[in-house]
Amino acid sequence: MSQQNTDKKLLEVKDLRVSFFTPAGEVKAVGGISYDLNYGEVMGVVGESGSGKSQEAYSIMGLLQSPGKVIGGSITFEGQDVLSFSKEEMTAFRGNKVAMIFQNPMTCLNPVYTIGNQLVEALRAHDTAISKEEAEKRAMEMMEMVGINNVEKRMKQYPHEFSGGMRQRVMIAMGLICHPQLLIADEPTTALDVTIQAQILELMKALQKKTKMGIIFITHNLGVVADICDKVSVMYAGRIVEQGPVDDIFYQPAHPYTIGLLRSMPRVDAESYERLIPIEGTPVDMLNPPEGCPFAPRCEKCMKICLKKMPPYVEVGENHRSACWLRVQELMDKEEK
Amino acid sequence: MEKEEKILLEIKNLRKYFPIKGIKGPGVQAVQDVSFYIKKGETLGLVGESGCGKTTLGRTILRLYEPTGGCITYDGVPIYDQPLGPDGKPLGKASAVNMLPYRRKMQIIFQDPSASLDPRMTVGEIIGEAIDIHKLAANKQERADMIKELLKKVGLNTEHANRYPHEFSGGQQQRVGIARALAVKPEFIVCDEPISALDVSIQSQVVNMLEDMQQEMGLTYLFIAHDLSVVRHISNRIGVMYLGSLVELGESYELNRHPIHPYTQTLLSAVPVPDPKLSRTRQRIVLEGDIPSPMNPPSGCRFHTRCPYAKEICSQKMPEFKEHEPGHWAACHLLDK
Repeated sequence: MSQQNTDKKLLEVKDLRVSFFTPAGEVKAVGGISYDLNYGEVMGVVGESGSGKSQEAYSIMGLLQSPGKVIGGSITFEGQDVLSFSKEEMTAFRGNKVAMIFQNPMTCLNPVYTIGNQLVEALRAHDTAISKEEAEKRAMEMMEMVGINNVEKRMKQYPHEFSGGMRQRVMIAMGLICHPQLLIADEPTTALDVTIQAQILELMKALQKKTKMGIIFITHNLGVVADICDKVSVMYAGRIVEQGPVDDIFYQPAHPYTIGLLRSMPRVDAESYERLIPIEGTPVDMLNPPEGCPFAPRCEKCMKICLKKMPPYVEVGENHRSACWLRVQELMDKEEK
Repeated sequence: MEKEEKILLEIKNLRKYFPIKGIKGPGVQAVQDVSFYIKKGETLGLVGESGCGKTTLGRTILRLYEPTGGCITYDGVPIYDQPLGPDGKPLGKASAVNMLPYRRKMQIIFQDPSASLDPRMTVGEIIGEAIDIHKLAANKQERADMIKELLKKVGLNTEHANRYPHEFSGGQQQRVGIARALAVKPEFIVCDEPISALDVSIQSQVVNMLEDMQQEMGLTYLFIAHDLSVVRHISNRIGVMYLGSLVELGESYELNRHPIHPYTQTLLSAVPVPDPKLSRTRQRIVLEGDIPSPMNPPSGCRFHTRCPYAKEICSQKMPEFKEHEPGHWAACHLLDK
C-alpha cells in the first residue's frame, strides 16, 4: 500500500527497554528495540507469547502495568517525546493521537453501558466542547463506517447483544472516533473465526486507505502479516531479531528464527504430504535468559560466539536488518574479498 | 500413511440437542444428523467456525455427552443406538453399552492443556490414574515403568513425573495431556484442537509427535481444529461443518483443490496465507454477517442466509448429503442438476 505521505516519520522508537521488577527478579521484557513508522504504513510485529511484543506497544500508550517500567530508550511521536509526557498530556495523547484495539473485544467493552453510550463517552472525553447530539451523530457515522447496519437500534444495545466480530467492529469504531494518526492493534483477530477475521482485515485495510493512519499490527499469525503489513518486525525474547519489508521477510528471511517459523508451517501450495520441520526446544525463560543470542539454544546453526555475545544488527538489504552472527560473518567474508 | 480398509468407527445421523430450561422446543441444535465413518489408522479432520458443533460432535462420539439420537458403531459394535423416525422423533428406547471398556480404546486430547490437567496432582499421578482405573499395571514397579516410558515417548524427562502441571510450559503441558491419553493404549483418539493454544514454533513439534505416535501405535485420529492448513496437513480426509451439519467431506488435498460446497470455498479463501505476493493477488470471498444461532437455525439449507449463490429452494429444503465424486461428499442444492 503506497501512499503519497509514506516518507514522513510518524513514530520513532529508539533502544526502548522495558523491565518488570518481579519478586523473582528483573524480567527484561523488552531489551532494546528500535524502529520507525511512517504515516500510512502498517508494521507487523510477530513473536511468540512472552516475546515482549505487547509490552512494547503498551509502553507507547503509557499503559504499562506495575511492576513494569520503561528503563531506557526513547519514543518520539510526531517530534514529541512521549516518555516525558505528564499524566494530563498522556491522557490527551492517548485516544486522540494513538488508539489501541485489543485481542478480546468482550473484556474491553463495559457490559452495563450501551454501545452508543460508550462510543459517545470516548469522543466527549477528548472533545469537551462537542454537544451530546453532535457526539451521537459522529458515533453513528463511525458505526456505519465500520460496517454495522441498523445503527440507530444498535446504538441502544448492550455488548452482549453483539457477536464477537461485531464487537471488534465497535472497538475499531471507538478507537478511530477521534481520528488518531496511529492505531495499535494487539492481536485484533486472534479470538475470531477465519471468516470473521477476513471481514475485519478487509475493514482495517479499507479504513487505513481512507484515513492514512499508521498501524502497528501485533500478531503471531504470519498469514495475517502477509495480508495486511508493509513491513515486519520479528521479535524473540524481547529483541527484534529481524526487521524489513514484508516481501523480504517472507522471501529472503535472514534470521534462523524467521526461517524456522516459515518452515514450521504447512505450505499453502502443498500438493501432497510433507513433514513439518519444527523449531526444536522451548521458548526462553525470561527470568534467566541465556547469555549471548537468546535464540542460540534452539538454533541449528549455533556457533561458539552465539552463546557468548549478543549479535549486532547487520543490513542484509534495503531497510532489512537482522541480528545474527551468521550475517556478521557473511559481511566480513565479503569485505575480505 | 498407510491405512487398512477396515472401518473402525461409524456414526449415522448422530444428533445432539441441548435443551434450554424454560424454553419450549428442542433447544440448542448443536449436532444435526451427522454421518461419517473413520477407517482404521486414518486421520479424519473436522473443521468449522466456533459454535458449529465440532467439539460437541467429538465429545458425543465418545459419549462424554449422551447423544439425542442416531447410532455410533465402534469396531462393529453399536455402542449407542437410537433410531429416529421420519419426523425426527426417537423410536423406542436407546440401546447403549457400558462404556468403561471402550474408554480404554477411545481417548481424547483437550484444547486447553492447563485447564485439562488437575493442578493438585503431579504428572505421574495424572498419568497413573488412567493406568489404575483400567488396571493395566500388575504392580507398583510396572506402573512406575509405564509412566516413565510414556513420558519418554512424548519427549519429556522421567524426573518430570514428580512435578505439577504449573511447572511446565504450554507445549509441555500438552505433551502431558497426550501422555495421559496414550497411557491406556487406545486405538482411537479425538484430538480436540490440540495445538490452537500453543505458540507457533511449538505447534509443529506437537503435530509431528502426533504423526509419529500414529505411525508407531497404529492410532486412528479424529482431528478437530479451526486452522485449515494444519488440518489439511495431518488429515487423510476432511469434513467441513457448518451450524451442526456436515456440509462437505472429501480426501484432504482433493477438498483443498476443488472445494464444491460454497461454504468450504469461502472458508478456504478466508484463511490468510503466509505469502505476501499470493495474498495480494488472490480473490477472497468475504461472507456477510455472522453464523446464525443454533437455537433457531435457518430453514432449509442452514448456510443459505450467508451463501452468495442461494436460490429459492435453499431456504425451503434441506439439501441431501451425497457423494458427488468418488469419496467426495457434499450437501448443496447447486450441485444437484
